[in-house]
Amino acid sequence: MNSVVCIAQVPDTEARIKIAAGGRRIDEAGLKFIVSPYDEFALEEAIRVKEAKGGDVTVISFGPDRAQQALRECLARGATQALHIKGEVADADSLGIAKVLAAAIKSTPHDLVFFGKQGVGTDNSLVGPMVAELLGYPQVNVVTHLEVGDGKATAHREIEGAEEIIEAALPAVITAQKGLNEPRYASLKGIMAAKKITIETKSVADLGLQDSDIFNQRVTTVAIELPPEKKGGRKIDGADPAAAAKEILKYIREEAKVL
Amino acid sequence: MAGVLVFAEVKDGKLKRASREALSIGRKLAAAAGGDLAAFATDRAAAADAGLYGAKKVYVAAVGPYATETYAAAVQQAISQMQPSIFLLGGTSNGRDLAPRIAARLNVGVASDVDRLEWIDGKLRARRPVYSGKAFATVDVGGNPAIATTRPNAFPPEESGDGAAEVVDITVPQIQAKAKLLETRTPEAGELTIAEADIIVSGGRGLKEAANFSLIRDLAHAIGGAVGASRATVDAGWIDHQHQVGQTGRVVSPNLYIAAGVSGAIQHLAGMSSSKHIVAINKDPEAPIFRVADLGVVGDLFQIVPALTEEVKNAKAH
Ligand SMILES: Cc1cc2nc3c(=O)[nH]c(=O)nc-3n(C[C@H](O)[C@H](O)[C@H](O)COP(=O)(O)OP(=O)(O)OC[C@H]3O[C@@H](n4cnc5c(N)ncnc54)[C@H](O)[C@@H]3O)c2cc1C
Ligand SMILES: Nc1ncnc2c1ncn2[C@@H]1O[C@H](COP(=O)(O)O)[C@@H](O)[C@H]1O
Repeated sequence: MNSVVCIAQVPDTEARIKIAAGGRRIDEAGLKFIVSPYDEFALEEAIRVKEAKGGDVTVISFGPDRAQQALRECLARGATQALHIKGEVADADSLGIAKVLAAAIKSTPHDLVFFGKQGVGTDNSLVGPMVAELLGYPQVNVVTHLEVGDGKATAHREIEGAEEIIEAALPAVITAQKGLNEPRYASLKGIMAAKKITIETKSVADLGLQDSDIFNQRVTTVAIELPPEKKGGRKIDGADPAAAAKEILKYIREEAKVL
Repeated sequence: MAGVLVFAEVKDGKLKRASREALSIGRKLAAAAGGDLAAFATDRAAAADAGLYGAKKVYVAAVGPYATETYAAAVQQAISQMQPSIFLLGGTSNGRDLAPRIAARLNVGVASDVDRLEWIDGKLRARRPVYSGKAFATVDVGGNPAIATTRPNAFPPEESGDGAAEVVDITVPQIQAKAKLLETRTPEAGELTIAEADIIVSGGRGLKEAANFSLIRDLAHAIGGAVGASRATVDAGWIDHQHQVGQTGRVVSPNLYIAAGVSGAIQHLAGMSSSKHIVAINKDPEAPIFRVADLGVVGDLFQIVPALTEEVKNAKAH
């Protein structure tokens, strides 16, 4: 049972976002980059499938040179192979990214293809289902529980206030939600073992794709802006709880107007 | 290419709020872009409702409960029949499941979770929060149709005063779906979910232990809101992660957000700072949550929250 896990490298969630000159991108100077948090659940699940049933876990990331760090970390946690597709991912729209990943996945043995339910930062939740469509696979999004059987997988999909249990024929696309598992940390042994694995590198052209179909197509960023700094409003003393409660109620009724 | 098509989802015989919101902005876009507003639905019950929000036609495919592949085929059929210049979906679980699938099939652009939409120079221009609300991106969405999913609560639903829409039945080619729904489970029947709630009451580690979430639940219940939570409480196992607000939980923008015993870590703020009205209760006057709160109350949540619950109950009784 082979798995592919698509890994997006994103700015640390603690990071303060600054806008680069030109106003269309964020300023990456001094930013720390991490494996997108939901992709950690995706990777962990793939490793568990491998531990139960054997096979490979290939991590794939499309991005600039720094993406190698993210892949290296995944290898240290237990991925068995890594593929880096080099490119200025900030200029690609989600469908461009999906085309690149779909082409890379095609040439990698797989039964399951894992994604995060969303890239933390882009916050799109687009790439996984797009890859499913391009490859003609079924998809189960926002998965909190997965069982892999013979030629099929049963996944629990989180929806508003309920969950759906969906059976999908393999190969299938699964996008991971928090709660799917508890991701492990890299062990020292894992870190050492990962050093011995070479990360394969390809370009978009190596995958037989045209830059013109990937970059600056379909969706183009006009501007990125910071929200107006929200100034704290009124602060009151809550030493007298009854008085504070009355003040809050007044605010809720007169300003928020929800009661 | 003209007009706007909206994915109209029906629940319990009524149009979902997210779909009403999408129709309402869809009507404005149709006025700007030219052409009519139409809806795609899988239930005839949507027709009357969608008409109230300005839809002139409703394309109905009787394909049953939501399934990605079947719905994608049905929507594709409706799009090829209508040739809209814009296709909108409310940002529900299903809308977000379907939009990327359609975009990839038609090789068109899609913007997710948008909170502003305009038709400018023959193009769909969308604004969307990125980096969990720490920034906003404005994007031009190209393609026929250009696709967007709308962020819950960002576009107020407005009735148009029109009557029922014309129903156009569409037949969908039989497809061999590779995934099937086995079962739907509703674990917390009756509880509102934070994704679509207009009011959210959130609790943090200041609650001290799982049982004290009842204080938050009681207030949420009294006020008619959903229960939210910080990650610290979810990680501690006090509450299910479906309730988590923040960068690795849900990003929400309700009309009113009440936070009690939540410090306001950057990852939490990222998920709620775009709420329209924010009330924070925290005993630490320096808590970062006060930086985003419109009304900050420095005090003990164990005293203030129950007092507020009583006030709300009294107010509702009168
Ligand atoms: C990658 C990453 C992702 C994350 N994602 C999220 C996320 O999505 N959502 C999220 O919430 N966090 C997230 N976090 C965690 C975040 O950094 C904080 O740890 C977390 O939000 C803290 O939760 P808290 O406010 O409940 O607890 P604390 O920070 O411990 O705050 C408790 C607060 O309660 C107050 N308090 C105590 N007693 C009382 C009382 N009697 N009355 C009133 N106030 C009282 C205290 O003054 C304090 O301010 C993430 C962290 C990382 C690293
Ligand atoms: N550049 C990338 N390289 C590899 N995987 C990616 C990339 N961008 C997005 N993904 C995957 O797609 C998921 C959803 O991303 P998004 O659609 O941007 O929210 C992520 O969690 C990753 O699993």
